[in-house]
Amino acid sequence: MTDASANTPATPRPGKHAGSLLEQNARTLRRNAAERRFRAYGLSAIVIGVTALVVLLASILSQGLPAFQQTFITLEVHLDEAKLDKNGNRDIEEIKKVSTFGYAPLIKTALSTRAGELGISSEDLGVSDKEIAAMISKEAAAELRRFVIANPDRIGETVEFEFLATGRIDGYYKGRVTMESAEKDSNISPGQLQFADALKEGGALSTHFNWGFFTMADGSENRPEAAGIGVAMLGSLYMMIIVLVLALPIGVAASIYLEEFAPKNWFTDLIEVNISNLAAVPSIVFGILGLAIFINYAGLPQSAPIVGGLVLTLMTLPTIIIATRASLKSVPPSIRDAALGVGASRMQSVFHHVLPLAMPGILTGTIIGLAQALGETAPLMLIGMVAFVREFPAAPPEGFFDPASALPVQVYNWTTRADPAFVERASGAIIVLLAFLLCMNFLAIILRRRFERRW
Amino acid sequence: MNDMRPLERIVDTDTVKISARNVQVHYGETHAIKDVDVDLEANTVTAFIGPSGCGKSSFLRCLNRMNDTIDICRVQGDILLDGEDIYDKRVDPVQLRAKVGMVFQKPNPFPKSIYDNIAYGPRIHGLARNKSELDEIVEKSLRRGAIWDEVKDRLDAPGTGLSGGQQQRLCIARAVATEPEVLLMDEPCSALDPIATAQVEELIDELRQNFSVVIVTHSMQQAARVSQKTAFFHLGHLVEHGETGEIFTNPRDPRTESYITGRIG
Ligand SMILES: Nc1ncnc2c1ncn2[C@@H]1O[C@H](COP(=O)(O)OP(=O)(O)OP(=O)(O)O)[C@@H](O)[C@H]1O
Ligand SMILES: [Mg+2]
Repeated sequence: MTDASANTPATPRPGKHAGSLLEQNARTLRRNAAERRFRAYGLSAIVIGVTALVVLLASILSQGLPAFQQTFITLEVHLDEAKLDKNGNRDIEEIKKVSTFGYAPLIKTALSTRAGELGISSEDLGVSDKEIAAMISKEAAAELRRFVIANPDRIGETVEFEFLATGRIDGYYKGRVTMESAEKDSNISPGQLQFADALKEGGALSTHFNWGFFTMADGSENRPEAAGIGVAMLGSLYMMIIVLVLALPIGVAASIYLEEFAPKNWFTDLIEVNISNLAAVPSIVFGILGLAIFINYAGLPQSAPIVGGLVLTLMTLPTIIIATRASLKSVPPSIRDAALGVGASRMQSVFHHVLPLAMPGILTGTIIGLAQALGETAPLMLIGMVAFVREFPAAPPEGFFDPASALPVQVYNWTTRADPAFVERASGAIIVLLAFLLCMNFLAIILRRRFERRW
Repeated sequence: MNDMRPLERIVDTDTVKISARNVQVHYGETHAIKDVDVDLEANTVTAFIGPSGCGKSSFLRCLNRMNDTIDICRVQGDILLDGEDIYDKRVDPVQLRAKVGMVFQKPNPFPKSIYDNIAYGPRIHGLARNKSELDEIVEKSLRRGAIWDEVKDRLDAPGTGLSGGQQQRLCIARAVATEPEVLLMDEPCSALDPIATAQVEELIDELRQNFSVVIVTHSMQQAARVSQKTAFFHLGHLVEHGETGEIFTNPRDPRTESYITGRIG
């Protein structure tokens, strides 16, 4: 090439790729158009997904957040000795003989006194004494009785209590109940609502954060204000403990054996197919199995976390096994060769080299399995966990055999009840459930990062 | 093949370390090694040469039973180490592999620190009684692997963070650390620069004092430089085996001649 020719632009050479680079040819244009179309599809798919998620979360949050708030009425109750301990000898057995019916008048009196102090006249509002008493949850009398039995020495004193208002009054301050709806409602009258407003003005009624939602057991049909997820959370926790303790070691041991030690023959192939099938079995089938084997055959108690935990273990095992095997498979075989090459046994090569590398995958799989189990409803209903449980289960291990509920079952349970206050509770429980799931996924991410960052 | 320098070869001893008779290797339907008979002497470096895919690695892996880990692989025939059949039912391959070490074709350091890479073998075989002995073994092995100067300041760094050639030398050091009697090296210098190659070759020559070394190589020059015996494989057959000088200057088989003069391969 001479200097002169180097400066003149080269004439397009004839060939397969003739033409200027500054101009896209037809094939390139088509390719780019296809790529743009694909990106648009992808983007719209994500937009649809995110929108669905936002709508879902927004509806759950708007419905469920009020469940964490509750309306309370603060009263000073005189613990009348004449009514609670007639003989005055503070004998706990005698005090226990007084039922909640004996306590209700005390609360009624306290409320009338308080209203009197605040200058609220029931005649002006057109509410009867009975209606006024009905503004306080029926749970209040039980609460008072529990207090007195726990502190018999305080009989005769005047003690300040914060009682739950009924679900309707509570709903009034959350926008669920209005003056108009109260006219048609047999459980509440506009007068009661006005009375409540007056109490609020006087500072005797307030709406604030409700710890009881987390600590109380389920409430009966007509006491939504007293219903909490305490027993359900405890039951779910117990089951998760059982699942973790059983499914993780069994699952990991089975996967290591199948992946690293088992000879490849028709029998292990059969096992492999069956594990995959097991993962696809509808969860209700596991419930039936649990009912037949653990309750009817093995004689374990109904509604107990032990049975729920065992059933969920069976369900979680395939998930854990599949995840563990996948992560064992993804460890490059050259690492095994390296370990065997320096004279390590198969077990040493697995436990010293392969397993640590597979750990992030195993943990992620386990936590995803646990999260699935936490949200599982159908099999638990079959083994009786849908029962109405007021008593808290004892501490483990005995507690594993006590009746308990579970979070998702509690949600289902509440959505079937008539009082709209339970819908709010159900959404609140869903929020708690989602929060737990988020925490678990977050934990999975943290663990994965920590194990991966090492190398 | 101009700089080939067939040196005066002195084979110190005729003691047979490994003796293979009638060895066949099948991978499923593939017949990878056919009827191989060979004696590998103690205190000798034997080079395996041959075109790609001819079965050098396959045969090498028979010698420490690494083929056991491949499900579809079947090995037939007799391989004796010091007169004992290594495929005998009573032989534990783990014990065998401590005696017959291996450097793999692809560098495969453990995803652990450089120190732990070397220390792993001595640890599981109980070669060191305490930490300072282990430190000593690690340093000695890394020096023998010609990598000590490069890594002595970062023994805690991950072995996988080294360059390809450094990883290969790390693997050589790791294999040496367990003090095997036979060292099988599958193309140990394929990723190394000439300086490191020279160092590894020096190491191989040094190892010969105590061990038998088998080295697979694609470099005729290397085979000529380091080995006393050479075996030429072709399509699964052991075509020729003998003194390195003989093979390179005066091959008996026309296939050997074509290969070393660059006509097949
Ligand atoms: N794991 C395996 N599974 C199936 N076939 C294999 C396997 N390993 C090797 N083979 C086959 O055995 C034959 C010999 O392979 P081998 O790796 O021993 O060749 P090689 O001489 O080491 O080649 P190179 O010089 O390229 O490393 C090849 O045909 C190969 O396809
Ligand atoms: Mg090879």
